[in-house]
Amino acid sequence: MLAADLLVAQNIGFGIIALLMIVGALRVVTVNNVVHAALWLVVVLSGAAAQYLLLSAEFVAITQVLVYVGAVMVLFLFGTMLTRARIGAENDLNNKNWKIAIPVSLLMLGVMSWVIVDGFQDEKLIENPGEMSQVPIQLISDDIFGPYLLPFWALSFVLLVAVIGAIVLARKD
Amino acid sequence: MLTAQFLLLGAVLFCIGVYGVLARKNAVMVLMSIELILNSVNLNLLAFSVRHGSVDGNTFALYIIAIAAAEVGVGLAMVLLIYRNRRTIALDDLSEMKG
Repeated sequence: MLAADLLVAQNIGFGIIALLMIVGALRVVTVNNVVHAALWLVVVLSGAAAQYLLLSAEFVAITQVLVYVGAVMVLFLFGTMLTRARIGAENDLNNKNWKIAIPVSLLMLGVMSWVIVDGFQDEKLIENPGEMSQVPIQLISDDIFGPYLLPFWALSFVLLVAVIGAIVLARKD
Repeated sequence: MLTAQFLLLGAVLFCIGVYGVLARKNAVMVLMSIELILNSVNLNLLAFSVRHGSVDGNTFALYIIAIAAAEVGVGLAMVLLIYRNRRTIALDDLSEMKG
């Protein structure tokens, strides 16, 4: 009984957050103002963090908030500020062939959702939602520093190169 | 909670992101759409992580977040460089490499 109530609550939460995310994502790609698009992107990214919490991935959710909502968004706002003389609505944010993108993405959505619905039908994510416990961070660190150590090193070098590259590219000569 | 509902949400976000990459002219907006795409992939990875009862999906999601941060840093540096040289970041005007 308790598990069923939990399931209903989870599904309602999922629906509300998913709706918010989809509306936010649509606004990101349709709005005529770069700063507004960045703020709508905050809605989508925070919604994604909430979905990660529903999937019991606390550590990834917190990292999402710290890195995306915190750091990446500040980068975007700085990028907007440094490349735009005027902050406000503009009419030339779209390509001249932007209408072709609508059928392309709709076709892709159709194929993908057909495959997903056909492949997973009504398969439960987890049989008993009461059993869904949080992922211990110790397991994640064992994973990172165990079988996935080499990608972790590669990732460290990627970040180092990205930092150096960004400084070199953006430096005034 | 069904597996398909998370995957469908990921698919919807992915396609909205693809639309943004194709339709937008402003380079900063294209980078934002790429962030949408990366987030939808993360959602899928975490859903499959729960489905298989393994933490590998969490690890991959963390790696993707790190890669995305690096990508945004380099991407915005390139956008700044283009803006400094061209006074515009409209991707339509960057056609020097067109054959």
